[in-house]
Amino acid sequence: MASVTFDKATRLYPGSTKPAVDALDLHVADGEFLVLVGPSGCGKSTSLRMLAGLEEVNDGNILIGDRNVTDVPPKDRDIAMVFQNYALYPHMTVAENMGFALKIAGVNKDERATRVLEAAKLLDLEPYLGRKPKALSGGQRQRVAMGRAIVRQPQVFLMDEPLSNLDAKLRVQTRTQIASLQRRLGVTTVYVTHDQTEALTMGDRIAVLKDGVLQQVGTPRDLYANPKNVFVAGFIGSPAMNLFTADLVEGGLKFGSAVAALDRATMGATSNTKVTIGVRPEDVRVSTTGEGLKVDVDLVEELGADGYLYGHTDIDGGRVDIVARVDGRVHPNAGETVFILPEPAHIHAFDIESGNRLSKAVAD
Amino acid sequence: MSDFFHWIATLPALVQIPLVVGAFVAAVAVILFFVEIAPRSGRKYTIIRLAVCVLAPLVIFLFLGSVLWAAAVAAVLGGIFFILDYRAKQGAGYLFQLVGFLAPALVLLLIGLVYPTISTTIAAFQNSRGNRFVGLDNFQWIFTQPTGIRVVLNTIIWVLIVPAFSTAIGLAYAVFIDKSRGEKFFKILVFMPMAISFVGASIIWRFVYAARPAGQNQIGLLNQLVVLFGGQPTDFVSISPWNTFFLIIVLVWIQTGFAMVVLSAAIKGVPTEQLEAAELDGTNAWERFINVTVPGIRSSLIVVLTTISIASLKVFDIVRTMTAGANETSVIANEMYTQWKGFENGRSAAFAVVLFVLVLPIVIYNARQIQKQREIR
Repeated sequence: MASVTFDKATRLYPGSTKPAVDALDLHVADGEFLVLVGPSGCGKSTSLRMLAGLEEVNDGNILIGDRNVTDVPPKDRDIAMVFQNYALYPHMTVAENMGFALKIAGVNKDERATRVLEAAKLLDLEPYLGRKPKALSGGQRQRVAMGRAIVRQPQVFLMDEPLSNLDAKLRVQTRTQIASLQRRLGVTTVYVTHDQTEALTMGDRIAVLKDGVLQQVGTPRDLYANPKNVFVAGFIGSPAMNLFTADLVEGGLKFGSAVAALDRATMGATSNTKVTIGVRPEDVRVSTTGEGLKVDVDLVEELGADGYLYGHTDIDGGRVDIVARVDGRVHPNAGETVFILPEPAHIHAFDIESGNRLSKAVAD
Repeated sequence: MSDFFHWIATLPALVQIPLVVGAFVAAVAVILFFVEIAPRSGRKYTIIRLAVCVLAPLVIFLFLGSVLWAAAVAAVLGGIFFILDYRAKQGAGYLFQLVGFLAPALVLLLIGLVYPTISTTIAAFQNSRGNRFVGLDNFQWIFTQPTGIRVVLNTIIWVLIVPAFSTAIGLAYAVFIDKSRGEKFFKILVFMPMAISFVGASIIWRFVYAARPAGQNQIGLLNQLVVLFGGQPTDFVSISPWNTFFLIIVLVWIQTGFAMVVLSAAIKGVPTEQLEAAELDGTNAWERFINVTVPGIRSSLIVVLTTISIASLKVFDIVRTMTAGANETSVIANEMYTQWKGFENGRSAAFAVVLFVLVLPIVIYNARQIQKQREIR
């Protein structure tokens, strides 16, 4: 077991002027489950591959434990990786696939068999040990890929979108399985995904990347409650946070016909007269009293217990879409006009130019 | 037809070329018309088909002045178009289509492959004139004559060495140039011999091996080198048993390009992730090659090995051109031809049967491996 440290690690692809990963500084504690998340092309996979040694590090260092592995070849890093398409060896049986690394390492046959069987039991793969990957379902293949990593008993697990080839239901199941398995084994894990739900449900901590730059690292709760900038605010959470510009007025923010209170410290943090504000759908209060921002309801999505109201409003001459959580039974209907106000304690204010957070951290 | 050739022969050479090319294009156009345009559905194409049915026999009649030929052409065309019309109706007349489209291939297979196989096999058990059965005499002759045994032995040497070396060299080359700069250029370099006819290649290599008596100027590359280093010129293709190996080099030279191109494409088909996974599993480059790349290109390897094996079993041109089988270099295919030329039809056919029996297991193995490969892919 070991920690993982990225120390200003940079990857610049030949022929490109912009680094794919730009001076990444990140520390993953021993036994921690860290999720790298971000939109496609943000450099999350590149970061993982740099850690694996499959991608060159142009600048900075990568450490596993106290050992600098920046120039160590992948085979000597003592890490195991689960690939997006599993990358199983098609000509080997499940058992051979799982035991391959041990065979290369020169582990004797008996111990190999014991360890493979152990891992197979853990993953319910026992009945399939003699099969070839072609004769397995997608979920089983995914488990074999996991098994191949587990058998190694490596310092670090790397997982590159291991669930993206599974169907929705299986993905949710496997998600919890992987998370609990990792907790049981206690192996440091770096997990890459583009799906923020996966990130929130699985990770001890989440690192959000955009355009090769680390945006924020924190626990799922922290990221949800205190996004550091507009990008993180919009990326984490589903449905996404409502983000729009609002005028700063005496006592708070202008919110249609009303003024939403904003604390003094936040207001004093910017010299602009406008701020970008973010309000999560569950922090939007919907009323028909005429107080607040006027919203035309386009659609109400009923999810049983509660529902989501999708509407639009007009801010500074531009159409802005608004999502609000409403009661699942009693709610406005499409075509109606409603008024919204934010829960004052849960307004996220961001600088209109830099996009950085102005409001102080909210203790959720 | 022969009138046409006579007429063409009377024209100046430069006029002949476009005429021959034109005739070739017309022939291709007729084939394309039948497979591509004629079968389409729609009123327009029905009219075209009907017109051809009337016009073609008419043209034949006008040219040949023979009612019989015109009637035959009309019957054939009518039959073809009848089948095509069934096909155009999509799904209807399935059996008609099946018979219609399979018949030409089946007929060609029968007269080009099945019939010769049977008649050759029969001839192998007959005397040289083909009028009396002699049992196993011909085979007995092959396997009791020192030259006959030598011929079979030589063929076995060819089939052992050529596939092994061509594939090994081609594979090594493909691996080494993979993803290198100028890969295309290096590929063309090795693939070039594939484009040369066997006879052409043999003549090139005969010059390479050519020997002149000591003291004279050497015109052969190899002997020039030998002399340069102070050796005595040797006639490489006349000294048994090494001359067979010098001939084998020619086929290896030709087939390496084929092996390299096929294997290079196969290597590119091995998923990068599998190689990366193996790298993380602790393998070095050689272990990755053996455990991931080779299994990944297995089916291509088998195709290459069997294809080259069959090619070297049937080798004829190289031996014929370079030595004509002299000095114990003969192989089965060459001996087949030599015996036939010497009016020994029975022995010639017996050689053919031996060759067939040798090729058969390779073909069966190939088919089985392809079946097996389906388990993985």
